[in-house]
Amino acid sequence: MTAQSTFPDPRQRYGSSVHNHTPSVTGTIFDVMRFAVNDGPGIRTTVFLKGCLLSCWWCHNPEGLHRGIEVAYRVDRCILCGECVDACPHRALALEETRVVRDEAQCVLCGSCADACYTEAQERIGRDISVRDLLQEILKDRVFYDESGGGVTFSGGEPLLQFDFLLAALLACKEQEVHTAVETSGLTSTEHLDRIRAATDLFLFDVKLVDEERHKRFTGVSNTRILENLRFLASAGAAVVVRLPLIPGVNDDDANIDALAELLAGLETIREVHLLPYHAGASAKYRSLGMRARMADARPLPRERVEAIARSLSARGYTVQIGG
Amino acid sequence: MTERVRKLREVSCTTQPYISAERALLVTEAYRTMGFHSAPVMRALVFKYVMEHKTVCISPGELIVGERGPAPRATPTYPEICCHSLEDLTILDTRPKIPYAVSDEVRKHYTETIIPYWKGRTIREKIFAEMTPSWHDAYAAGIFTEFMEQRAPGHTVLDDKIYHRGMMDFIREIDLQLEHLDYYKDSLAYSKQEELRGMRIAAEAMIRFAERHALALDREASQCTNPQRHGELAHLAAICRRVPAHAPQTFHEALQAYWFMHLGVVTELNPWDSFNPGRLDQHLLPFYQAETAKGTLTDEHARELLECLWVKFNNQPAPPKVGVTAAESATYTDFANINSGGMRPDGSDGVNAVTYLVLDVIDDMRLVQPSSNIQLSRKNPDAFLKRALRIVRKGWGQPSIFNADVVVEEMLRQGKSIEDARCGGTSGCVETGAFGKESYILTGYLNFPKIFEVTLHNGVDPRSGKSIGLRTGDPRSFRSFGELLQAYRTQLRHFVDIKIRGNNVIERIYAQYVPTPFLSILIDDCIRNGRDYSDGGARYNTNYIQGVGIGTLADCFSAVRTHVFETHAVDMDELMRTMEQNFEGNERLHQLMLNRTPRYGNDDDRADDLMREGFEMFYEAVNGRPNTKQGVYRIQMLPTTCHVYFGSVTGATPDGRLSGVPVSEGISPVQGADRTGPTAVLRSAAKMDHARTGGTLLNQKFTPDLLAGEEGIEDLTRLVRSYFTMGGHHIQFNVIDAATLRAAQQHPEQHRDLIVRVAGYSDYFCDLGKTLQDEIIARTEHHSW
Repeated sequence: MTAQSTFPDPRQRYGSSVHNHTPSVTGTIFDVMRFAVNDGPGIRTTVFLKGCLLSCWWCHNPEGLHRGIEVAYRVDRCILCGECVDACPHRALALEETRVVRDEAQCVLCGSCADACYTEAQERIGRDISVRDLLQEILKDRVFYDESGGGVTFSGGEPLLQFDFLLAALLACKEQEVHTAVETSGLTSTEHLDRIRAATDLFLFDVKLVDEERHKRFTGVSNTRILENLRFLASAGAAVVVRLPLIPGVNDDDANIDALAELLAGLETIREVHLLPYHAGASAKYRSLGMRARMADARPLPRERVEAIARSLSARGYTVQIGG
Repeated sequence: MTERVRKLREVSCTTQPYISAERALLVTEAYRTMGFHSAPVMRALVFKYVMEHKTVCISPGELIVGERGPAPRATPTYPEICCHSLEDLTILDTRPKIPYAVSDEVRKHYTETIIPYWKGRTIREKIFAEMTPSWHDAYAAGIFTEFMEQRAPGHTVLDDKIYHRGMMDFIREIDLQLEHLDYYKDSLAYSKQEELRGMRIAAEAMIRFAERHALALDREASQCTNPQRHGELAHLAAICRRVPAHAPQTFHEALQAYWFMHLGVVTELNPWDSFNPGRLDQHLLPFYQAETAKGTLTDEHARELLECLWVKFNNQPAPPKVGVTAAESATYTDFANINSGGMRPDGSDGVNAVTYLVLDVIDDMRLVQPSSNIQLSRKNPDAFLKRALRIVRKGWGQPSIFNADVVVEEMLRQGKSIEDARCGGTSGCVETGAFGKESYILTGYLNFPKIFEVTLHNGVDPRSGKSIGLRTGDPRSFRSFGELLQAYRTQLRHFVDIKIRGNNVIERIYAQYVPTPFLSILIDDCIRNGRDYSDGGARYNTNYIQGVGIGTLADCFSAVRTHVFETHAVDMDELMRTMEQNFEGNERLHQLMLNRTPRYGNDDDRADDLMREGFEMFYEAVNGRPNTKQGVYRIQMLPTTCHVYFGSVTGATPDGRLSGVPVSEGISPVQGADRTGPTAVLRSAAKMDHARTGGTLLNQKFTPDLLAGEEGIEDLTRLVRSYFTMGGHHIQFNVIDAATLRAAQQHPEQHRDLIVRVAGYSDYFCDLGKTLQDEIIARTEHHSW
């Protein structure tokens, strides 16, 4: 694959409302996952953008919550060499018998410890990247997208929080004929959604709870804006798949499922629902970030219950898929 | 699976392989009594003697007859090539992995007859006596291996000729050539006469061998009280009277004709890598179509006949090795590898009804032998690939998947005609060849990481302290990475020179002492040329050297360039001293090398370009150099299991690999170095120019959950198609989870059935050595969540 030396002006094709999206725009991402097969059609590359306004109890990407760069510590990789302690300009680290401890008050998350750590026990979470460089990463798997009908998915965190970066990245991908998907919590401005619409082939739109009070309780925010945005995309005719993470004891009850079905019944353009059963795979990530996993003890839903929910939605005419 | 096949399979899978001294005794007797003849006639007379006297075996219920040994799983030996010592026999009998039982009677024959006659006369001893001291040094150091030190030149795959012509037709062709020899103008006329006479004797011997089966079947039939079996035996006798003397007329006859050819080739000598029918689905199609149209063949019967043939392959364990290797790597599999799909000679889609039957048989039989592959062309439907992937997903390593379009491209580059290329395919592990028309000889594996180690030590093998290479300079004095690369290039050429000199002698030894007149009948254009398969008689004659450890080499280059010449994190002296200590006492440097080195397999050009550098140097050193058969040497990138041996002789390397650990296998990344997922591995691997090789091997391990459901099959389909779009030659999948493998290691008795893809072939996991088992467990598991 040859590097793109020129960068055509995408405004020609994607509307004049677009502005200020040069390839030098930078954003903060925490992962670029290739061979992602659960984030939209085909073989995809999923780009995870940092920062989110929700604080869902079950969040399985806790490293996506904060907008800034963080440092994770994985004790199982640590060989207790102490190099990170010496490298820290703020004296925030101390070597104990079996681990390195961080004084949060002193640490400014500069990442010097991660630079000094050869075992990747201290690991920088997040990096700043320009749209131009990100595009090069994305285009590496172009042959797989072409062959499989795949493309790129922007996820997070909440990708729309870094709107300028996201828009520029989407436009750059479209310019290269790469299929684009955006996975969103829906908590963003309607204007922003509208402006990325032309360059977004598919929205993967999370609807966690329809009841506002319960939504507030389990995610920390009201869902009013989220549901408004869902209605907006539906009325605008955008391709939308609704994604429902199935969290035991939180939103797997019939009342929530019925309410979701009722909500979607009024949105004729949305016919596809993906169910994402909860799994406890993120517990190590919480530990490494020094965070508490609020649902560490939760058990995944029984397969039968997931299938029953799928059947109940299918019966109402929706195309339902278990998993992404 | 029918009850008949189930019983035959049961016998084949549960009978302990054992050594039969029959062939060795017959060969010894023949050599003792035959008098003085030219080599081809002598070899033909030996072949005839064996085919006339070896035990004819008819097993209960079978529909394809003939065994290499006197009974299923009886394994003959080839003392004229290499003669087992009594110690060898003891090791074979007692080693825990891949044992071959050795009876007291066999030991007695070896003690009294076989060893006394052959000691000092074997091809193996001739070869070792002829090799130079520098060859012996490099060989002992583990720089390279030699395929032909105990097996005859191989990689012989059959085309469709035996389905149109019988031995009588070949005899007529031979006679015509004999008549037209020009003793006035052709200085080789007498040599050709002797070769052709040898072929004629061998052809007659094969007809006689089939007749002996017909007689034995008559006898069985006369004593058989079961009317159904009586009818079968009479039918089989009639088949053995028709084929291989005449061309087969039915599906059943076609299979039996092939099997007789197979037995002839593997009884005449013990060629690497066995022998196989090649494009069986295409060869059988005309018979299948004619008979299904007439209503004389059902799919069920066709499948049963194919399954009876499959059992036959599994009944023949590979001839065991002699010498030190008997205690080390071993396998019962003899690498017959059946091709399906691909293209027809006119370039159209070659997938047909028999292709799917063959895939059903592979799925049903689950045998390590024969191995199977699909030749996937862009012209083939996805349905074909998906049918194969549904078998792959079951996790026992078959079939492997080849890019038929690139295989053809490789052969066109080598100057083969497009029809010959399309009728070719791959055999052994991944090796490209023109079936029925080519002698393509694997000469041995070449240990890249070891050559790099010798380069770092200025020509000395640190393991022995011996100077085995050239003095290319102390790397501590190198001012640039380029100097190190140049030194490696010089050492590589030096060892390739030693290897090629050796092989140019070895192939003359085979041509002059043990030609193969029977095999020569079957390979174009040996009859027309009046020359032996081992003497340049074939239409195409290619010798291959197999490069091993390209992933480790690329990572070594990358580690030194990055940390010594770019970041200066370590100087060459400290790195050398730390490697000598096997990184002990400097874990931080070890971790630096492991984790901060751009590694091959992550779609990172910094490392992948160095892989290409290593590849180009190998290509330049080998490609196009003449062999002794008017052909040339070319390269392949495959290890079989040799990466384990090569690792065992190589000390710690700059990429953080510890002393003795296996080097990377095939063109796969170093075990555990690929951390960017399967698409990155495929992209990295595709940066090599596969079309300039005669085969590359890429191993990918998937856990079953990744491949669950139709989505899993679809994803894998697209991965394979993408890799092939990028020009990849071959990919194979181990679909297994590590927990299962660990459980099998702990409790082998509960997992005897577990077959894994090793490297170009499948084998029983519990039969593998611990190191190889560990490595298979360690191979990167790709999770997408």
